[in-house]
Amino acid sequence: MVARRTIKSWPVLRQVAEGDPLGLGHSAQSDHSRNYRSRTSTAEKVVKSVCPYCAVGCGQLVYTNGQEIIQIEGDPDSPLSRGRLCPKGSATKELVNSELRELQVKYRRPHGTAWEQISLDQAMDMIADRVIETRSQTWEDQDEQGRPLRRTMGIASLGGATIDNEENYLWRKLMVGLGVVQVENQARI
Amino acid sequence: MTAAPTARRPAVSLPMWQGGGTRMGFFTDSSICIGCKACEVACKEWNGVPDIDTGFTGNSYDNTSSVGANSWRHVAFVERQRPDTGDGVQWLMNSDVCKHCTRAACLDVCPTGAIFRSEFGTVVVQDDICNGCGYCVVACPFGVLERREAPDGRAFKCTLCYDRLQVGDEPACAKACPTQSIQFGPLEELRERAEKRLEEVKQEPRYAGARLYGDSKDDGVGGFGAFFLLLDDPEVYGLPPKPVYRRTDLALLWGAASVAASVLTLGVLGSLSWRRR
Amino acid sequence: MGSNMAECHPVAFQWIVEAQRKGGKLIHVDPRFTRTSAMANLHVPIRAGSDIAFLGGLVHYILEQERYFRDYMVAYTNATTIIDERFLDTEDLDGFFSGWNEESGTYDTSSWQYEGGVIHASAGERGAPRPPADGIIIEGAPPHSDPTLEHPRCVFQLLRRHYSRYTPEMVERVCGVPQHKFLEVAETICDNSNRERTTAFVYAVGWTQHTVGVQFIRTSAIIQLLLGNMGRTGGGVMALRGHANIQGATDIATLFDVLPGYIQVPSVKDSSNLKQFCLDQGGAAGGYWGNLEAYLVSLLKAYWGDRATPDNQFGFDYLHRVTGDHSTYQSTLGMVDGWVKGFVVLGENPAVGSAHGGLHRKALRRLDWLVVRDLYEIETASFWYDSPETQSGEIRAEDVGTEVFFLPAAANAEKNGSFTNTQRLLQWHEQAVEPRGDCRSDLWFTYYLGAKIREKLAASTEARDRALLDLTWDYPLDPKSGDPSAEEVLREISGRGPDGQLLASFGALRADGSTSSGCWIYCGAFAGGQNLTNRKRPGQEQSWVAPEWGWAWPLNRRVLYNRASADPEGKPWSERKRFVYWDEAQGKWVGPDVPDFPGDRRPDYQPPPGATAENALSGDRPFIMQADGVGWLFAPSGVVDGPFPTHYEPQESPVRNLLYEQERNPARQVFRRRDNPYNPTAGEPGSERFPFVMSTYRLTEHHTAGGMTRFLSRLSQLQPEMFCEVSPELAQERGLRPGGWATISTERSVIEARVLVTARLPVLRLGDRVVHQVGLPYHWGSRGLSTGDSANDLFPLVLDHNVHIQETKAATCDIQPGRRPRVASR
Repeated sequence: MVARRTIKSWPVLRQVAEGDPLGLGHSAQSDHSRNYRSRTSTAEKVVKSVCPYCAVGCGQLVYTNGQEIIQIEGDPDSPLSRGRLCPKGSATKELVNSELRELQVKYRRPHGTAWEQISLDQAMDMIADRVIETRSQTWEDQDEQGRPLRRTMGIASLGGATIDNEENYLWRKLMVGLGVVQVENQARI
Repeated sequence: MTAAPTARRPAVSLPMWQGGGTRMGFFTDSSICIGCKACEVACKEWNGVPDIDTGFTGNSYDNTSSVGANSWRHVAFVERQRPDTGDGVQWLMNSDVCKHCTRAACLDVCPTGAIFRSEFGTVVVQDDICNGCGYCVVACPFGVLERREAPDGRAFKCTLCYDRLQVGDEPACAKACPTQSIQFGPLEELRERAEKRLEEVKQEPRYAGARLYGDSKDDGVGGFGAFFLLLDDPEVYGLPPKPVYRRTDLALLWGAASVAASVLTLGVLGSLSWRRR
Repeated sequence: MGSNMAECHPVAFQWIVEAQRKGGKLIHVDPRFTRTSAMANLHVPIRAGSDIAFLGGLVHYILEQERYFRDYMVAYTNATTIIDERFLDTEDLDGFFSGWNEESGTYDTSSWQYEGGVIHASAGERGAPRPPADGIIIEGAPPHSDPTLEHPRCVFQLLRRHYSRYTPEMVERVCGVPQHKFLEVAETICDNSNRERTTAFVYAVGWTQHTVGVQFIRTSAIIQLLLGNMGRTGGGVMALRGHANIQGATDIATLFDVLPGYIQVPSVKDSSNLKQFCLDQGGAAGGYWGNLEAYLVSLLKAYWGDRATPDNQFGFDYLHRVTGDHSTYQSTLGMVDGWVKGFVVLGENPAVGSAHGGLHRKALRRLDWLVVRDLYEIETASFWYDSPETQSGEIRAEDVGTEVFFLPAAANAEKNGSFTNTQRLLQWHEQAVEPRGDCRSDLWFTYYLGAKIREKLAASTEARDRALLDLTWDYPLDPKSGDPSAEEVLREISGRGPDGQLLASFGALRADGSTSSGCWIYCGAFAGGQNLTNRKRPGQEQSWVAPEWGWAWPLNRRVLYNRASADPEGKPWSERKRFVYWDEAQGKWVGPDVPDFPGDRRPDYQPPPGATAENALSGDRPFIMQADGVGWLFAPSGVVDGPFPTHYEPQESPVRNLLYEQERNPARQVFRRRDNPYNPTAGEPGSERFPFVMSTYRLTEHHTAGGMTRFLSRLSQLQPEMFCEVSPELAQERGLRPGGWATISTERSVIEARVLVTARLPVLRLGDRVVHQVGLPYHWGSRGLSTGDSANDLFPLVLDHNVHIQETKAATCDIQPGRRPRVASR
């Protein structure tokens, strides 16, 4: 078996056998390139997504194997973008997969000189405490004329121009519940 | 195996592509290139091409500099005075790529068989065979072929996304191109489309110098599989005006050796085939 | 104008290229020759910040050459409306309008009203002193008007007078645009705007980031109304927004002054009675804002559910009150001054992306605590150990008292949700993979932070905690990842009726508490239980309008004000531009889009006495959000700095205002404090130290403040470091070497950049004066693979008072060869 495969794949034999006399066509192909198929054609799953960069909203196809994204490219079905992407959109796979992505919570204590690692749960707990404490310290129930204010000016937030509608909505809802007035995003900038 | 290869006796040195399938290629229409470099990024992401580090060149928006082992597409930026009015600026952009020549010197000189002509008529380097000898680098009239220094000096270039073509997809660069400056398709169709487009483009006075580059079978490399609509002379974009197929001794040598080997082994092959059956 | 579309929205630019191949013309009026200019049929270089002079010149040309679309203008704009006799123009007051109050630095806008009544801007007043609540115009009690356009106080005549000095000669002197080029633009636009043809204006932050930004856009709206280009296909004023969901973030709404759906946040001065508040906000007026109470009550029901009852005015009593401008730059100053103590930053990088970066980093250093959520460790997280101030030695980490939490975020491919694109189209994106490690969606973060805080305060009896504890906060959680369901949130936004069924239209919303909708303009996005934002019928299988791809607000309408695509009788202006039109046989409006008003409303409909909201507008009024149903050439309300756009110089300018004695927009927002110094402007002592105009911009290869691109090798190698662009003439004048270094300075900061010498930066000639411009991409900071100084460090805080947006598109600077000093000098 081994011997036969070796002989069969011997280039000179192959080029003659396959009508490629100069050995510059398919008979010159290695097994690798002979079986070289688009990785998207064998992807386990493809989902429809939207480019996260500018506001044109180009359609993207995200190809995955298990929990790995193996390709992100344009969605030809999109009537906006017709499958095309700019350089940033074309780099979306790297945006998600990059080794420079931060994967752990980082904590820096006041006057600290280095990041420390804490658990996500601990961070969430600490942030909740900070919000409650600052809100309580800076609560304004009414102004000097006794008109209702029902707010805190001690907390501000900024962001949301690349996060989803549902996220923006829920964030604002929470902030309204807390009486946080200064909720802002990139649209102002 | 049908006809005896010796009976056809093609020219050793000028293996014009004449495969059976439809020859596929690129038509890059520089008149609608917006210089976004989506082609560069889409190519790199798909093909896993390593990063380059030219730093800031100060040469317009071109920090890629050239087509090479680590940049299979390269957008050239040319800033100059408007040729028609002499008033104001003209900024030409064009996405350069391997030409997939009809007479591909790289293919002919490759001593290891690492480069092959695919069923799509494209010229592909196989990185699992290439030994980094660099003959193709010398042979290429466009400076497209280049050895990737790290880790082992093998040569790399555009495969016209051979893997995507296998499953009927278009190459990554052409798919991404926002304005369809890069068009992929059967070469004959592209050539017809390009002729028509050229007529349109030349209507504009500032593009009076527009021409097709690499569309002719009569040029030095028998026509490009990836040809261009340029708005001026090729040298304005850093492209050779008259590319020459370098019919080096090396090419002759390896071409001849290849045929000789075929002849010599015919008998052996026949008997092996027979036995397999 | 004000947009570099080919570079900043390259994929949308495919449609421009396609239009050009069909004979369309692209004109690019821009201070630089960009990749957009390269593709344009005509590039017109203009001095940054002078756009109103140019656009005002176009208005002047249209009026004086009588190139307006008369039938459209008379029927669909307020050209015929007569204005209060107390109104005085900038022509009368040399750069001011009537009502200026020097002490407060604001206008009293009451003299800008229509004769015969008070009219409110749609979506209420923006930070302005509010007009009295009585005398609101409704249809049937119309303001005085003159259809002959001859009354000296009708808007048409006032407009002519206001722009009488915006001549081609003046355009040349103010903008540096040669007259023949200006006239070529004017003629091209006018020739292409009529029954058969339309012209579109496209802008981006090149128009918004000025102290007169809103008025830039207003001027183009005036032009488009005069030429009949609004509400018609191929027309309009198109804002190209710069972030995947910046439109949604505005709509839904993470802005201090609006609640979801552009409902004004109540001010302390507003009535604490819900009904009265809604009336004051235009709730009795004509147009769809007449239903404000239904929209607001439905929002409150979405927030507080069963706890929103008539007893607490459906939760109106839970809402906080604003007392002025609480926008992001005010918060920054609040941090510097110590009254803002905690700050949460979600996918944003103000240390690089906001004007006066040094002030922002100072603000961060003064916080008690800071939460940053991002994919990468951006400068806003690293300010305490990696910033220009720590690099220079001015600040040491141990001196910074801020407690910092960095929480890694999930990317959009790692979560479900919807984005709203620049044309109001909501598109769902599906999760492809689970986020790794501690990375979580912002939905996850918000939900669990809310849950934790509510849990900790569950036993509270404090009145202030009721609004928090009464929120509806019960979303289904994914059993595996624990993620709250984004689709359930979208259902809440879309809205439900009395029996819990998902609503199809905001028309079904009621003020009696029987309906809920988290954002009235998004109502119907989940109609019939189907996530319409996730419709993905291929474009090639649909009409060119592609109504079954995603869902556009409102009601899947793709062209706003499309009533204007037909004439007052409901007939198309031309067969060629036929879009939405009245079909008498069917008794309804037909066409490829959803009509922008009740579909069976006859063109000859006249409102019966006592009609309100949309029913108060006659059938030939296309601008359905306006109380009078017409497009406003003259804005009697809603803008704080003038009813007509007027050219003013930027805060910092190398030249005096040639049009008026008043140099700058008197109503701009300035912050006179030691940590926000302004460069002396033309005419002030010391202005010669900053002789050049500088402007910031993006490159195709990077994204905004760099957080999503500078960490990516593929993009970083394409534009590897900070650079500036200068003309060969300026390079020679200052000895700047191509590829070398330059130091750019203002009163705020000094930065360095590599030098790109290019003829694409035009030298402008204003009469005998030469003006040089310095181009500054603003993507860089110290983090990531591609680094450099931040252009925004150079700019001051000075804002447009309407919207509180900073002026980063035009200011002054100096530029010198060589690198900046390495020691603490910043």
